[in-house]
Amino acid sequence: MSVIGTRLPRREDPRLLRGRGRFGDDISAPGQLWARVVRSPSAHGQVRELDITQAAQAPGIAAVITAGDLPGGLAIPVRLAIPGTDLSRYLQPILAAGTVRYVGEPLAVVVGDDPYVCEDAADLVEIDIAERPVVLDAQNADSPVAAELIRGYGDVETAFAQARHVVRIELAIGRHSGVPLEPRCLLAVPDPDRGTLAIFGMTKVPVWNRDLLAGLLGMDETLIHVHAVDAGGGFGVRGEFYPEDFLIPWLAIRLGRPVKWAEDRTEHLMAVNHSRQQYHRVAAAFDAGGRILGLTADIIQDNGAYCRTHGVAVPELTAAMLPGPYRVPAYRGQVRVVLTNKTPCGTYRAPGRFEGTAAREHLLDVAATRLGIDPVALRERNLLTAAEMPHQRPISTLGTDLILDTGDYPALLAAAVKEADRLGYRATTTTTTTTAAERACRRGFGLAMFVEKSGLGPQETADVTVSKSGAVHVFSGGTSLGQGIETVMAQITADALGVVTLGDTDAQPFGAGSWASRSTVVGGSAVHQAATAVRQRAIELAARILEAAEEDLDLAGGTVSVRGDAAVRLTLADIARAAGPASRHLRPGEPAGLSARRRFEVSHMTYPYGAHAALVEVDTGTGRVRVLRYLVVYEVGRAINPMLVEGQLRGGVAQGLGGALLEEFSYDDAGQPQAISFIEYRMPTAAEVPPVDVLVCQDAPAPGNPLGVMGAGEGGINAVGATVANAVRDALGLPGGVGQLPLTPARVRALGQESSREGSR
Amino acid sequence: MNPAKDLHAVALTVNGHRHEVAVEARRTLADMLRHDLGYTGTHLGCEHGICGACTVILDGAPVRACLVFGVQADGAEVRTVESLADGDQLSDLQQSFSDHHGLQCGFCTPGFLMLAEAYLAEPDTSSPLSEGQARDLVASNLCRCTGYQGIIDAIVATAQARRAGRDPAADGP
Repeated sequence: MSVIGTRLPRREDPRLLRGRGRFGDDISAPGQLWARVVRSPSAHGQVRELDITQAAQAPGIAAVITAGDLPGGLAIPVRLAIPGTDLSRYLQPILAAGTVRYVGEPLAVVVGDDPYVCEDAADLVEIDIAERPVVLDAQNADSPVAAELIRGYGDVETAFAQARHVVRIELAIGRHSGVPLEPRCLLAVPDPDRGTLAIFGMTKVPVWNRDLLAGLLGMDETLIHVHAVDAGGGFGVRGEFYPEDFLIPWLAIRLGRPVKWAEDRTEHLMAVNHSRQQYHRVAAAFDAGGRILGLTADIIQDNGAYCRTHGVAVPELTAAMLPGPYRVPAYRGQVRVVLTNKTPCGTYRAPGRFEGTAAREHLLDVAATRLGIDPVALRERNLLTAAEMPHQRPISTLGTDLILDTGDYPALLAAAVKEADRLGYRATTTTTTTTAAERACRRGFGLAMFVEKSGLGPQETADVTVSKSGAVHVFSGGTSLGQGIETVMAQITADALGVVTLGDTDAQPFGAGSWASRSTVVGGSAVHQAATAVRQRAIELAARILEAAEEDLDLAGGTVSVRGDAAVRLTLADIARAAGPASRHLRPGEPAGLSARRRFEVSHMTYPYGAHAALVEVDTGTGRVRVLRYLVVYEVGRAINPMLVEGQLRGGVAQGLGGALLEEFSYDDAGQPQAISFIEYRMPTAAEVPPVDVLVCQDAPAPGNPLGVMGAGEGGINAVGATVANAVRDALGLPGGVGQLPLTPARVRALGQESSREGSR
Repeated sequence: MNPAKDLHAVALTVNGHRHEVAVEARRTLADMLRHDLGYTGTHLGCEHGICGACTVILDGAPVRACLVFGVQADGAEVRTVESLADGDQLSDLQQSFSDHHGLQCGFCTPGFLMLAEAYLAEPDTSSPLSEGQARDLVASNLCRCTGYQGIIDAIVATAQARRAGRDPAADGP
């Protein structure tokens, strides 16, 4: 029996449950110093004075540095560059020199004996800033624009001119982000005698970050050793290259001592990539039968003060993916990336799709009302069918053509509706109420369809090695962010080699990292190919040792045996020893060892898809929205470990509910961030997250990889904004859209009053 | 060592081991446990008492170690996540978290484990722990990965198993 598809317990669990995880701040080095970043208190201004004298003289302080101490001209480049956009003028400096552009921008670093004295000394840095006017509203026509782009195809003008119905809505998505529970942490340990530098705490794209750091430091990249650590959640934000990723290693080299930096939560909330804040004006043209003729989207992204490593990838993905699972003959998505005096933005789990799915699916619900068609029927009418797959959209995203590779979207929608009905989601929306309090609580049902993307290439490398003890070692390009990647790679390896014990998983020197739901798809496929190659090599060597024909041998349970003669057998350990450098079983020129390296290349992404449904209860008196039930139906191609897929989906829903109802980085009129602790930045607790029903489908194996897998990381969060918006609109009986997410009590209350005024007219 | 530091001697028991340590009055119990005594299983997620990742058991009660000063633990008995397993053998609560996929990144997990450990050690009530009660308990802390259901299920299952173990006649699940 294959171990692929089984609910194996996670390899990561025992160490994490025992408190033996190795997170960033759990690792220390002898003689280590601590760093504290001094940040701008102003949203925009000219630095008149930055006086470090007192701070530098404080007890226990080893160094205080400002921009003038750094090599000149350093800026963090864009990792996900989009052809045709030049963002070089908007890149973030490592430390601000003349001008500060958001509250939290790094100005100086204090290094000392312990974090407490560093914090004391940081308070002694005197900062005098001549304030300048702030830009906070990206919709304002005067706000500076970093980039404009357009994605689309077909004759949109004619489609709208010939339409029987045109429906338009506006939907703003609030500024929020991944906010993993572990703040960032970095430890840099220099070895001046050997010229090496060890780094603990880089994750997500460690090889890319190492190479960038090497370039900025003027070092050979192989002298920088990036050690794998546990990470307390990634969600897109952790592991990008931030100013601190240069500052801490640079300080360690300059001071010749280990330097550690452990971010606090307030810093995290104003320093780490924000995301999501976009304004969408979407319009759809329909014929008399409710079929979509054309679709347009005007998207304004509030990018914050600088373009970081993601460049304009988020709004570009929004525009490219906005047509979703539907047959859209003509489409135009226009993007304006606007700079504001806020924390810079990057990606957050399902970047561009959370936003775009919300805009499109909310538009469809409003259109269903206008056209007098049931929302499910309107979607059925417009979904691409299985016969139309693969479907090439004349659009590219992240530099690859958008080809919806496989699937049966109408079947999945039907399965979702059936499951929601079976679970009683729709029956309970019409409960008769008696008391005034109950009448004030209105129930609503919402549904949304979506297409995800996963398995962004272009390549991944894996090494699989069997050591002389028989243990199997896997070096894969995926990094652990808490998603269970070790377990997944172990199951893929075990499938080929028939063993479920792994010696180790460690960094892959050519690894492209864990992001874009790519680890299982691209990294897993590379591991599969390398493990399969090891299997073939083991059989080849066993045939020589046993003097048997390869076709008479079989590998199962970590043992090669002769078919029909169970007594003649060799373990993987036997074969690994027989592959030693002095072995007589090796032929001239053959490398020693039982191992294989394989590189897996993908030309296109694979597109999983799904539907979400929710039952909500809205208290029109207080504006509180309670999510009573939530359903995710998701096509994943093939689940390596269904328990982990379900876990990804459930966790994604919880985060999505935060962005739909609770979480928002708000600013006052001076550009001061108002959500700088978990008191103001309200992440969902168990009281806000309902039990999530999950139906994982494996009906459409991905054609582009040997395992048939699609990514699972982002399908849980993709459509939560859309689904909650649709359910709240249904509960309130709104004729138009909800206008804005998150649906905080104040906004919902205002919508309820608007709706009752319209109703009484 | 900075001579201006205001150091105080603290003697406490952590997971049955006696420790003596000199700390500043302002040093938190969390930092003292992690950096002075090496119990790095206690994690800091916010340092302002909201997330609960640093929950430890102080003289029998769950506390947020970021809101307690080290000096306040003088003479106290502290239990951290490192106390739960017996060698390589996970406790029933830890095993239940794994069985119910109650963790992903594992950063918040020690806080949830210690919260539940303290709660489950409270004198038994007449009724078994309900899903709703467990949800209320779990709502004390933040998790960003799991969506909480696995944590709730793990705690309910442990409560049920312990109850059945104490009194085989007690009602089942």
